[in-house]
Formats: sequence, structure tokens, C-alpha cells
Amino acid sequence: MEATQLTDIAVDSQAVETAHAEAHPDLRVFGLITFLFSEGMLFLGLFTAYFAFRAIAPEWPPAGTEKLEILLPGINTIILVSSSFVIHQADHAIKENKIRAVQLWFLATFVMGAIFIAGQLYEYQHLGFGLTTNIFASTFYVLTGFHGLHVIIGLCLILAVLLRSLKPGHYTAQNHFGIAAASIYWHFVDIIWIVLFSILYIF
Amino acid sequence: MKRQTLLSLLVLIGLVVAASFWYSQNHGLLPTAASEEAVLYDRLFSAVIGIAFGLFLIVEGMLVYCLFRFRKRQHDEEDGAPWHENIRLEMIWTAIPTVIVMWVALYSFDVYSAMRGTDALMMAHHMHHHPKSVLVAQAEGAMPAIPHSEKVTIGVQAMQFAWIFNYPNGVTSGELHVPVNKHIHLDLSAVDVLHAFWVPQLRLKQDTVPGTPTHLDFYPTRIGEYPVVCAELCGSYHGGMRTTMVVESEEDYQKWLNEQLEVAQGKDLPKVAVAKMTESEYLMGKVGHHH
Amino acid sequence: MTIAENSISNLSKVIPHEHKEHTPWWEYFTFSTDHKVIGIQYLVTTFAFYLLGGALASLIRAELATPDSDLIPPEWYNGSFTMHGTIMIFLWIVPALAGGFGNYLVPLMIGARDMAFPFLNALAFWLIIPGGLLLISSFFVGPASTGWTAYPPLSILTEQHTGQALWIFSLIILGTSSILGAVNFIVTIWSMRTKGMGLFDMPLFCWAMLATSVLVLVATPVLAGALILLAFDLLAGTSFFNPTGGGNPIVYQHLFWFYSHPAVYVMILPVFGIISEVIPPHARKPIFGYKAIAYSSMMICVLGLIVWAHHMFTSDTPDWLRIFFMIGTLLVAVPTGIKVFSWLATLWGGKLRLQSPLLFAMGFIGMFVIGGLSGVMLGSVPIDIHVHDTYFVVGHFHYVLFGGAVFGIYAGIYHWFPKMTGRMLNETWGKIHFALTLVGFNLCFFPMHILGLQGMPRRVAQYDPQFTQINLICSIGAFILAISTIPFLVNVVYSWLKGPKAPSNPWKALTLEWTTDSPPIPHNWRGTPPLYTHPYDYGTVDYAKLEQLLADHGASTVKH
Repeated sequence: MEATQLTDIAVDSQAVETAHAEAHPDLRVFGLITFLFSEGMLFLGLFTAYFAFRAIAPEWPPAGTEKLEILLPGINTIILVSSSFVIHQADHAIKENKIRAVQLWFLATFVMGAIFIAGQLYEYQHLGFGLTTNIFASTFYVLTGFHGLHVIIGLCLILAVLLRSLKPGHYTAQNHFGIAAASIYWHFVDIIWIVLFSILYIF
Repeated sequence: MKRQTLLSLLVLIGLVVAASFWYSQNHGLLPTAASEEAVLYDRLFSAVIGIAFGLFLIVEGMLVYCLFRFRKRQHDEEDGAPWHENIRLEMIWTAIPTVIVMWVALYSFDVYSAMRGTDALMMAHHMHHHPKSVLVAQAEGAMPAIPHSEKVTIGVQAMQFAWIFNYPNGVTSGELHVPVNKHIHLDLSAVDVLHAFWVPQLRLKQDTVPGTPTHLDFYPTRIGEYPVVCAELCGSYHGGMRTTMVVESEEDYQKWLNEQLEVAQGKDLPKVAVAKMTESEYLMGKVGHHH
Repeated sequence: MTIAENSISNLSKVIPHEHKEHTPWWEYFTFSTDHKVIGIQYLVTTFAFYLLGGALASLIRAELATPDSDLIPPEWYNGSFTMHGTIMIFLWIVPALAGGFGNYLVPLMIGARDMAFPFLNALAFWLIIPGGLLLISSFFVGPASTGWTAYPPLSILTEQHTGQALWIFSLIILGTSSILGAVNFIVTIWSMRTKGMGLFDMPLFCWAMLATSVLVLVATPVLAGALILLAFDLLAGTSFFNPTGGGNPIVYQHLFWFYSHPAVYVMILPVFGIISEVIPPHARKPIFGYKAIAYSSMMICVLGLIVWAHHMFTSDTPDWLRIFFMIGTLLVAVPTGIKVFSWLATLWGGKLRLQSPLLFAMGFIGMFVIGGLSGVMLGSVPIDIHVHDTYFVVGHFHYVLFGGAVFGIYAGIYHWFPKMTGRMLNETWGKIHFALTLVGFNLCFFPMHILGLQGMPRRVAQYDPQFTQINLICSIGAFILAISTIPFLVNVVYSWLKGPKAPSNPWKALTLEWTTDSPPIPHNWRGTPPLYTHPYDYGTVDYAKLEQLLADHGASTVKH
């Protein structure tokens, strides 16, 4: 075998950069998406448990369980899903440095998210079953509850971005990780809801 | 490869194979086989442990060999020859383990089917005792008429920290009695938490699950007394949750059943010297036998 | 470009502004974001937990020296083995490998200044402390006593209600720490390799960390799901796993093992990486079959995710399911075997320096293979049915976790201690440590295979008196193992304070961490990382020329 060619492999392979060759691309979005993958697995685990309980139960929902109303949660779903489109407008806006627009879109998203949570709480109060009534009830509350928790975290992120945006120049067209992060997180929470809504209310 | 090296290699492989084969027949690791299933199990186990022993000799042998043959000699600061790939070798050591594990999988599947299925079980028993008649029937294209002995069905309840057996005639006992050479079917249930029914001499184990009935089938072939061990952590006294399985002749079994019935009806009370037992004897289930 | 021109242009790449040259000792006790500090924090903290787990093991073996349950109350015995397992897994091996070795080595090996997210890294470490303390606090209220597996209904009906709850929350915290680490490794390894280092040029330890992190990311959250539902059953009156309320205990088992089987690969893949790094420099040979080892790590990652139910062969699982999982389980032996044969081929024809790092690495191969063989036996459904939940399994997993992971960790410590601390460990005491460990370990765990086959179940404080002699041998072995840690501890403490100073490259190794000071400056290299060779170019490198290049590179990368 030939002797190892002792050249500076790093230099050979690319053009020499200036003193700040240390700068690497912003990896935080990559990191967030990787993390959200694990959050997705958490929900997948809970969904699987739901399906397992459903498969082995003689009757689903168990006898005597009040059937779930679809109207209110349906409206809530439309609000939440729409809010994803709303927050997406902010992504466009910041790329044109329109901070005001970003703030408006984020505020609107916050309101829509808050309505969703309020709607959930209203539903909880008016349901005919409690956490421990039966296995369907338990899984219903745990699944929607954990999702709701994630929505609340999303609302906090949106609020944080709104507050930070008050500082002039904090978010620019080149530098707006917070906006992108809150947006990606919000989409994630939305997708989880779509799956949840389908398996709990529809199928 | 040099002829001498090839020869030494073949001799070495021959020795390893011989040693592995010897070990597979003489490992002495398993307790008495008290059932048809156990016999099948032991054959599979012996085969697999023989292979494992052979692989063990090869790997450990190579390690020891390297330790001596390739240790750094004094004053030799040179690197070794940069040999770092050999596609053929890598294919061989990928293919052979794959073949071995797939063979183990197939053989295991066969044994498992025999251990689990009742008809297959009867087949295995019949093959074992009357191989000729079975083969003849198969050669004639007909399924041999396997005499179905009736199932002896016994209910088993597991609880913290005891076993309760419910017999067909209504008898309840803390001991498991079964007639030899019959198909035994156990209906297992758990009252509180997970337990597991295990008799090492049968090589069979099945968890008992609260809320779900499970079952176990076996064909005991050896008269004797064997331990019934709980094999799933069930609380503080999990280690003491054991009793005895008595495999006895059909007559002895019926006699025992009748005696138990009489006891239940209050006709005769066994004198059990509980006070004289140590705690572990009591927990081990050495409650007085009444034959 | 000539080498001289290279050097001159490299000078312009030297970072002009001030960087500190030295990490003060007290920084190791703070929220430092330096991956090297964090790595050492992990190693020291997890080793302390290892000693605690070992003390519990000694208690267990002391009880088991006699057949009766006569040393400690039975709930305390059950608590002992529960906490022993939990601590060893979640507070020793998992964080020591990823948090300790992973954090310390990955940035150095790929030529980076730090991990992608240094703050997140520090956060992940500082979650270990409350997680660990929460778990330990359960000793004061009666620790969880349902095994590290915590199967319901026992874990819901247990008398150690509080202890079980503390156990659950502690694991959720520790699992979160693990996940945050995994995110960091995946992003770092994928995106921050120095220029010129493609995926197939990076050291195999980095491949191992990549595969490990994928497993952590995919599987740990499912454990969180299982624990959340268990917590609800324990504390909120739900009945997910309680049949009296319509639940099913087997669902827990599936969710639990979906994580806990990959967890064993999380506990061994980084060790495979360590072995691949230790053998080549100490045998003076390139690693055999680099690509095969890299690919086999990914294969183990994938297969490892679809074999979990082999822990449930006697549960209420249908026959077809058992067969399916058997096939996958047996197949995992193939990529693992590829690695073992590759390591043997690396040793073959080498010039073995039989010092502590290589002794432990070879010990690893010897012991891990035994564990692997008993693992193949356990993969067969019928064979497993007899030995499930017996001492055979206890023997098996200690061979792969102690004989495998711990031997590998020791090999890594002896190998990288000079780099991390700037001091050399004493070699005589290293050999004594190795000998005592090898003897004690085998004496303690080999006979357990026999115990299981003969009929001794696991998780028991009392056993059939026919097993007394063998149990006594195991307990003596455990005692020797306990003693064996003493020469190691004394060696480490003494050498760290007063050992001979270590050069930058005492083993003449070729991966990037050896091209900088021992210990490295906080910024890792003064100039850019000097990538002149591939990681395993032993046998083809002109060492004199390489030394000259390194000396010239970026205004003296290494202090002479």
C-alpha cells in the first residue's frame, strides 16, 4: 500500500477562507427539527397505546360513554389549523424586514391559539366523563391534555418573540431564528392536533 | 495458503468441532427432563450450546493466540503491515453467522411449534414412541390416527405469594398433581399482579396476567416431584412463592384426588406439623404431603 | 501548494484575538459550556453513581451468599436490586458513554471547537444532578422495589408508592437529558466536521455516536410515554395498565421495551466505537473493515428498533409475534459478529502493546463474545422460555454490560486519561486492576448461567438450598470485583494530582485529538485543526514528516 500522502487535507479540499473561517451556518433550525422528531415519537407512543387499548376493548368507546360532540372541537380545529397559515405569513414578512407585520401575524396567531385552549377547557368542563371514568376517557384526557400543554408552550414561545420584537433590530431578514423556531414549533403542534382529532373524534 | 498452514488449520478446526460435539452431548447443565417437551428442548439446547462452545473456542483462542504471537517485541517500534480489508474474508464471516442463526431460527421454530400445539405435541409423542407406524401412515398419504388421550385440565391461580390448583372434580389444593403420560392442560390466571408459572424440569414457563387467561400444555413422562417456581417479580416474597408438582401414576393420581375430596368434605384432617418448620421450609411449600 | 506555502497561509488562519490557554480547576464545578469540561463532569459524576450501584450489588450478593432471606428485610432487598439496575443504566452507563466520552471526544475527533449547542450541552449535564438526587432521595422514603422494569400492576399496587413516583419522575428527567444530548450529537456530527473530513473519513467512534443518538432520539420518548401513563395510574386513579379498570399490563411492556431494548444498544454502540479507537494505535495497525464497521453500526441501530418483544416471550404475546421477533433478534448477531471479527483481524499481525488500554480492549472482546453467545441462545423462543427471568439472563446481561460496556469504558479511560488530564496513569496498577477485574467478574457472573439453567429464578432473596455453593462462588467473585476498584481509584486520584506529565500524543495515535495539547487548550487548537492523515493510517505514515508538519502548522499547535 502506498504511503499516506501527507498534505493538509483540510486546505487541499477547499479554497482558503479568511480569518473568520470559524463561522459555521446557523444550525439551530436543524437542532429544533431533530428535537421535534423526538417529541413526535412521544406522541406516537401515546397514540400506539390508544390504538392498543382500542383494539383489545370489547366495545369502543366503552358502554355508557357519552359520544363526543364534533361541532365545537371541529371549529376549534379549523381555528388552530388556520393559525398555522397565519403564522406562516410572519415567515414571509420577516424576510422583507417588515417587523410590524410580523408582530401583527404573531399576535393574531396568539389569539387564535388562546381561543383553541379556551375551547378545550370549555369542552373539558362539559364532557360527560372524567379522567378516571374508563379507559377511553383516560386516554382522551391524557392525549388532549399533553397536546394542550404543547400548545401552551407554543403560546409562550410566540409571546417571547413578540416581546423580543419590541427591541429594534433584534430580528432582521438575515437573523430571525426566534421567529422561524416559533413558527416551526407551531406547525408541529398543529400537525399533532390533526392526527389527534382524526383518531379521537372521527375514526 | 501454504499447505502446512492449511493442514494445521484443518486439524485445528477438526479439534474445535470434536470438542464442541463432545461438549454438546456432555454439558450437564440442565436438570432432569420430565416431559416430551423437555426432551425436544434439550436436543435444541445441546445443538445450540455445541455451536456456541465452538465459536467460543475460536474467538477466545484467537485472542490468546494474538496475545502471544503478536505482542510487541522489544525495540521494535515499527507499525504492523497495513492489512485492513479482504472482501472475501468479510463475506465469509458475514455469510456463515447468517446461515448459523437462520438454522437456529428454523430449528427453534420447529421445537416451539411442537411445544405449543397440542396436535403437534401428540404427533411428537407418537413419533417418539411409535415412529414406524407414523411414517408408514404418512407414506400411505394418510394422517395417522393419533389416539387422543383426554386432556386433563387443571385451573391454576397465582396470587401473592401462593399457587392454588383447581382440579376437575372440584378439589382445590396448594400442590399440583398430574398423572404421567397424559396431556395436561393448565388454565392460568392471576389474582393480583403478574406472576409466572415455571417448572424447570418441564422447560416451560408462562406468565399469568391479571385480567387475561393464559394457558400451558405439556406431556409429563417421568414420575417424580418437581418444583413449581414463580418466575415474575410479584412482591416482597417472590422468592418464596413456590410449590411442588407431583407426577404420579394414573392410579396414584386418582387416589390422591379422592383423598383430597374427602378432606374437603371434612372426613379426614391431615396432621401438619407446621410449628416444626423453618420459615423457609414453610414458604418453600413443604406443607405435609398426604399420599 | 508546497508544504512551506501551506504553513505560511495557515498562519493567517490563526485566530488573532485572545483565547485563554488553561481551564482553571474550579470551572469543573460550574455551568461550563466547554465540551471537555462537561465531558469530564459527566465521567466523574457517573463514576460516583457507579460506585453507589456497586455498593448495592455488594449488598445483594451478601444476601445471596446464603439461601435464606436473612440479611435485610425483603422490601429493602427488592429496593436494592431495583435501584442497582436503575442507577447502573441511567446514571452510569448511558450518561458516561454519551455525555462523558461522546461529549469529550466528538468535537476533537471531527476538528471542531465545540459541540453545535454548547449551552444545551451544559443543560443536559446539569439535569443529571437533580435526576440523580431525586432517585437517591427515594431511599429515604422506601425506594421503588418493582425492578428497573417497574411492571404494572405491581408498580401501581406497590406499598412504596412515593418511592415509585420518585423513580418515575427521576427517569423522565434523565431521559430528557439523554434526548438533548442526542440532538447535539446528530447536528454536530452531521454538520461540523472539519473541511476535508467526509463521513467516511471520520473516526469510527463518531459513527457509533451517530447511531447511538438516532436510537436515543427515536426510542427514549416512547419510554417517557410509558412512564407518563404509569404515573397517571399510580397517582391519578386511571387504569391504563390495571385490568380491573379496563386496562392491560402488556401494553406497558410493549411501550417499555420499545425503548429498553434499543437502550442496550445505546449502552454498547459507543463502546464498540471506543474499542475501534483503542485497538489500532496499540496494535499499530489500521482498523480492519472500516466501512463494514460503520455500516454494521447503522444496521444494529435499525434492527435494534424492531426486536423489543424478545423480552416478552413468556408474556401474553401471540405465537406469530414471538417468531417474528425471534428472527430479528437472531439476525442482530450478524452485524455484531462482523465487528468482532474485524477487531480480531485488526489485532492479527499487529505489534501489540500489552498495556492497560489494550488489555481491557481485548478483555472486552473476550467477555462481550460470551455475552453475545448467551444472547443468541436467549433469542431462540423455546430456549428463552426455560431461562427467561432466571439467573441465566442475569449472567447474560452482566457479560454484555459489565464484560462489555464497563471493560470498554475502562479501556477508554486508560487510553484518554493522558489527553484529558495531562498526566499518565500508573501502568503497574493498571495491570493489577485488569487482573482483579477479570477474575472477579468471571467468578461472579459465569456460574449464574448454570444457576438459571438449573432452576434459580431472578429477583429473589431466598433460593433452593441446592444452589448454595454456586451462589457462594458468585458472592466471592463480587467481593473481588469490589476490591478491584480500589487500585483503579487510587491510581486515578494519585496520577491526576501527581502523575508524570503526559505528552500530546503518548500512544502515537492518528486521530485529531492527539494533535493538540494534553489537556487541550479550551479552544482545542491554536490554529485550525491539522488534518494530515486519515484516522487509521498506521503502517503507511512517515511519522517524522508528520511531526514536522504538525510542528509547523498554525504557529505550533502543540506546546513542546
